Amino acid sequence: MKPPLKKLSDLGMDLFNWFDDRLHVKKIWDSTAGHHVPQSAGSWFYVFGSATLLCFMMQLVTGIMLALVYVPSADEAYATLEYLTYHQQLGWFLRAVHYWGSNFMVGIMLLHMTQVYLFGAYKYPREITWISGLILLVLTLGLAFTGQVMRFDEDAYWGLGIGAAIMGRVPFIGQQLVDFMLGGQIIASETLSRFFALHVFVLPGSVIAIVSLHLRMVLSKGINEYPVPGMVVRRQTYDKEYAAIIKKEGVPFFPKAIDKDIIAAAIVIGGIVTCACVFGPKGPSGPPDPLQINASPAPDFWFLWIYSIAALMPEQIETVALLGGPAVIGLILVALPFFNGTGEKSWRRRPVAVLIVLLTWIALGMLTYLGATSPWSPVMNAWSAQSTLDAQILHRSPLQLQGAVVLQYKQCRNCHSIDGLGGERGPDLSDVSMRLTRPQLTRQVVQGGGNMPAYGQNLSPSEVEALVDYMATLVPAGVPPARDFTLQKKGKN
Amino acid sequence: MNHENENTKPCNESKPCACSAAPAPEKSTRREFMLKIGFGLNAIAGAAVGIPLLGYALSSFFKGHEIAWVSLGPVDKFPEGKTRLGHFKNPVHRSWDGSTAEIPCWVRRISGDQFQVFAINCAHLGCPVRWFEQSKLFMCPCHGGAYYENGDHAAGPPPRGLFTYEFKVQDGQLLILAGALPTLAQPNA
Repeated sequence: MKPPLKKLSDLGMDLFNWFDDRLHVKKIWDSTAGHHVPQSAGSWFYVFGSATLLCFMMQLVTGIMLALVYVPSADEAYATLEYLTYHQQLGWFLRAVHYWGSNFMVGIMLLHMTQVYLFGAYKYPREITWISGLILLVLTLGLAFTGQVMRFDEDAYWGLGIGAAIMGRVPFIGQQLVDFMLGGQIIASETLSRFFALHVFVLPGSVIAIVSLHLRMVLSKGINEYPVPGMVVRRQTYDKEYAAIIKKEGVPFFPKAIDKDIIAAAIVIGGIVTCACVFGPKGPSGPPDPLQINASPAPDFWFLWIYSIAALMPEQIETVALLGGPAVIGLILVALPFFNGTGEKSWRRRPVAVLIVLLTWIALGMLTYLGATSPWSPVMNAWSAQSTLDAQILHRSPLQLQGAVVLQYKQCRNCHSIDGLGGERGPDLSDVSMRLTRPQLTRQVVQGGGNMPAYGQNLSPSEVEALVDYMATLVPAGVPPARDFTLQKKGKN
Repeated sequence: MNHENENTKPCNESKPCACSAAPAPEKSTRREFMLKIGFGLNAIAGAAVGIPLLGYALSSFFKGHEIAWVSLGPVDKFPEGKTRLGHFKNPVHRSWDGSTAEIPCWVRRISGDQFQVFAINCAHLGCPVRWFEQSKLFMCPCHGGAYYENGDHAAGPPPRGLFTYEFKVQDGQLLILAGALPTLAQPNA
């Protein structure tokens, strides 16, 4: 008689075989998880794709959990967000994991894209893998943007206003697009409802569909082999070469090449949970009440670079760049595997590719930094909240002190700081008289220019006199004030 | 599907074989006819569902704006020579709009019945502009756009002055023509 344990395992096998006979689980498993990949693909550089997918799964689960409580109504969304954050058991944690999960997802997806580009994985025969990845990029950014709207606070409200303003710049059908985006004539309940539908149905469903295609391509065309300098892709020979690599050093993805993906998965989940616990959920900030006009809306981290571009772009090209820029970039990316589908894969032999990646990341990084600090935004309360240092008022005449009051009271400091205190839109005034003479100061104040409003209408002549008299004292110790050399020459003659 | 599979099976002796013989022309024609009918019926069915569906989803493309005269309150609320924040309930709104149905605007009473009513939205990208009484400027917190007291562009990236509402004074009330978010595509909400 067999021992009971053996009997049990036999029973288990029988049961498995019964199901397998009907469902063909083993066959499906072997052809997917067990598909052969080049041994060289079991690299740390190859973990970003699976890590992005993992983030998406986490977003699905936490998103469903949040939807159990959240109400997508303009009237009630904010109250349910507050309830989720402060009253619902562990609601804050789920909101935080969902928020940080989205940040991680976008970040890791960009790393994945960078790696794919640097390793030439978009080249023949993986064009569709690349293009489906581009669609996933758009869908993921769409999820991130619509998710920001789900956090229906003042930032979301005015963020929608920004979206509508960009739509309103489209020629001919701008108004129709604005109405289509808002689901009505103003930012209100139907706007939130349609962004909700996008965020929980349309976009995640599309991601599942396109991820399926993306993975299907990975199975049918194989994962990119680790590129070796000198190994050149040719349309005529590549398929044979890849088959030879698989034959020579192919290993089943599971269990031979998945180890690093699994470790990366744990690191990503650990990172998301750590950020969630340390930093918590984002917002909600003030309620979505349009009458609370003291809002200073700024987008979430991954959209800060766009916010910067909108501030820094020359006005004349703004509409063209806002509307045409994404289209041109999209077109280049889609066309990439067709005009650059063969040749060297290794980044060691593709200096231009390396340069493009570096420049893109540096530009995005700098624009993001600028977006986070937004030096172009006036500091709205600097005039009433910012103190004046002793050194800026000591030993001044009564007229100059009057000028200091004018400078404070007329909101000059919203845009101009003095010794670094105040707005940064205009130049710091602590050394202004080193750069401008009295007549120049007067002209600048009265007529404005160079992105400064003209104050001629808003200041009395005596106020201008006092202000200029005060600003003439703003010069670092030991430095002579600015002089007009044309006048000097005249004097000599 | 099943029929085709049977037809393509290799012959076996027990049954008279149909596969090796050429398919009867009438039969094939009937099947093709049925297929065409099937496609045709489904095209009609698809249109019956699809056209209303598109009409529902894209209704904003076919519908004009509803705008109406709304009151900002008695004229006396707005002192002469001053600019004050006004607000109104949007003429088109739903009962579940909550606070989003209340729209703010800047009201400048020049003198008597002479007004200027500005939209709250910056002409650059729609952020809420704030009025600074002391320097007589509207400033935008987003990208630093600035406007003069009369709504003209003063500095920064906005491509034009502030959007304005049409106004009239009736029975001591200040009315404006409003109802839609003003954008560059339709500046006069």
